[in-house]
Amino acid sequence: MGEPYRERHRDTWLNTLDAVPVVEHPPRDTDWAGVRLHVVTGKGGTGKTTVAAALALALALDGRRTLLCEVEDRQGIAQLFDVAPLPYAERRIALSPGGGEVWALSIEPKAALLEYLDLFYHLGRAGKALEKMGAIDFAATIAPGIRDVLLTGKVYEAVRRRKAGTPVYDAVVLDAPPTGRIGRFLNVNESVRELARAGPVHRQAGSIMALLRSPMTVVHLVTLLEDMPVQETEDGTAELRRMGLPVGGIVINQVREQILPRPVLSEALAGRLDPAPVHAGLRAAGLTGRGHRALAATAGTELMTEGLIAQAVDHGVRVALENRLRHRLTRLERPLYEIPALSGGIDPGSLYRTVSVLREQGMA
Amino acid sequence: MPVDPWPEDQPRLDIDGLLDDPTTRVVVCCGAGGVGKTTIAAASALRAAERGRRVVVLTIDPARRLAQALGLEELDNVPRTVEGLLPGTTGRLDAMTLDMKRTFDEVIETHATPQKARQILENPFYQALSSSFSGTQEYMAMEKLGQLRARAEGEPDGWDLIVVDTPPSRSALDFLDAPGRLGAFLDGRFIKVLSAPAKVGGRAYLRVVSAALGTATSALSKILGGQMLRDVQTFVAALDTMFGGFRERADRTYRLLQEPGTQFLVVAVPEQDALREASYFVDRLALEKMPLAGLVLNRVHTPRVENLSADRASAAAEELQETGEHPLTRQLLQVHADRMHRRERELSVAGRFTGAHPRVPVVHVPAHPGDVHDLEALRQIGNELAKG
Repeated sequence: MGEPYRERHRDTWLNTLDAVPVVEHPPRDTDWAGVRLHVVTGKGGTGKTTVAAALALALALDGRRTLLCEVEDRQGIAQLFDVAPLPYAERRIALSPGGGEVWALSIEPKAALLEYLDLFYHLGRAGKALEKMGAIDFAATIAPGIRDVLLTGKVYEAVRRRKAGTPVYDAVVLDAPPTGRIGRFLNVNESVRELARAGPVHRQAGSIMALLRSPMTVVHLVTLLEDMPVQETEDGTAELRRMGLPVGGIVINQVREQILPRPVLSEALAGRLDPAPVHAGLRAAGLTGRGHRALAATAGTELMTEGLIAQAVDHGVRVALENRLRHRLTRLERPLYEIPALSGGIDPGSLYRTVSVLREQGMA
Repeated sequence: MPVDPWPEDQPRLDIDGLLDDPTTRVVVCCGAGGVGKTTIAAASALRAAERGRRVVVLTIDPARRLAQALGLEELDNVPRTVEGLLPGTTGRLDAMTLDMKRTFDEVIETHATPQKARQILENPFYQALSSSFSGTQEYMAMEKLGQLRARAEGEPDGWDLIVVDTPPSRSALDFLDAPGRLGAFLDGRFIKVLSAPAKVGGRAYLRVVSAALGTATSALSKILGGQMLRDVQTFVAALDTMFGGFRERADRTYRLLQEPGTQFLVVAVPEQDALREASYFVDRLALEKMPLAGLVLNRVHTPRVENLSADRASAAAEELQETGEHPLTRQLLQVHADRMHRRERELSVAGRFTGAHPRVPVVHVPAHPGDVHDLEALRQIGNELAKG
């Protein structure tokens, strides 16, 4: 493992009003060498699917093969890669330079249960009987945790799958349930071990927990520099640690550019920005507001100056808040990665830009 | 002054009209996770109270500082009066946070004999069901709404408006669907087989069915382990007596959502995913004949400078860059251009929603650089809701 990203930045982050400078990254220094299962969680709306997809792509460079899984039946991967909805089957969805491949799988709990029954119990016919009675629906959508057991079970199977003695996938990236549910989701097998006190389920649950707690697994948390997502990241990290699950990196998504230099921000926050030079600057740039008559034009420029200064104050308030939040994140003492906000929506192009950011910062 | 972004004919949501109307009895705030449903619910409830209504707001999983603002540190599943309303307010505001396990326990306690109730509450399967069951939160939110409604009607001076927040699920539709799924489960053949597999056998023509069920239950016990299946069976048997009560309640609350006194506020932020969810939800409400009040488009970035496009600001900034003079003006113009670009992206995403739903009333609430941590901030959001 290389020197975590956080270490390289610690000093700058301690000063909360300073921008985070762009730092040269040493070539191919990755923080998670040896990890086989990357679980990516985050509060809804933080972009965890994009981060998971970018991570799967980044890990597939250099000729490796990765599997990107989703478990929430939402076809987020298909939307992101702009392909038809994924069936419950592994599909190759992207190639990377150097012969790397990203495969994708949308795990559907009902199909996973039937597959599970067939695989472990050869219950072809009984499986169908169960389905007719609604037992499959029951197990897959209603029974507490059974759904999560099946989903984690399938991921476990993919991580462990081998062909001719070598793992089929170099790494598996799981686009996991949101931070609010991640502890319960990953720890479900612990509860199952307690509920099913013996039998194959008990044993299987034990093996899954062993993988999740091993150095082969990390759970990354995606956040924005906003109050709720940061709070959930803190709560999620604490919960995972309590459960003995390995917390990976913190990915700060959609980090916005800080345009104003620090002295200007301080002046703005203190309400001391002088309108006179702004006014003069606007006139020099030919922005004299609306109205052809001189008086109206002057009034227009004054209004514009006032608005621009108010926006500088907003900007200052936001930067200060973001820096406070960033400081809270550094206190979690995990590697931090920052993905700049991209203009435009998330499309395959912006996805690849995120891939290079993750590579540069050493996440993959 | 913000630039007016909406198509001329898109109706505006009249929040005061909605909150002041005495026939509005329930306002449900829905939307994808992370769009600010709880904040909008709390701000609407506060506004309604300060406009004279007797309001209770049911929040689910509020941010810590919002909870503090409402005086909700104590999570005891009962409404508490919120202090600090404007002087001279005739209305009142009570607030509570949903405790789903407690609500479930209370339902059991109300519907079963003390002995049966104890049996159920101690069952390991029930304990898992009531605390980690996906959909329990939605069901219990619905259940709590039913209880609040009953209490409001039972008291002469009771609440005349209930504002409900919905659980932070990925899909807003879960709020409508999860209780039904629970109902289907309780009503399903599977549960009957589990509770009384013997009843199914006996007659000759049922032999085939019985054989299939035999295979199925033995398969189940193989997979789940005998103990777990026994726990489930004990739970189901204990619950059997109160199934009627359960289903009836779920159905009744669902019908309550279709009454004209109930109004849905769909909350979204100007981002693709959130607006897609909002679209699904709006369509679904129409199908179910549930009354939609409108869309609250939350956290919209409004520029504070009129008549200055991003292009013009960028061009002027570049010009100043070349001369090397007026660095402050150049930086402020860059901030403005950035804000306008963001604004344009937001409007283009929002335009897809308004294009598909031209008759849905919309209101937009500006983004705040800080977070909500007191009643004054909530009041401010209420004002913005009303201004549109």
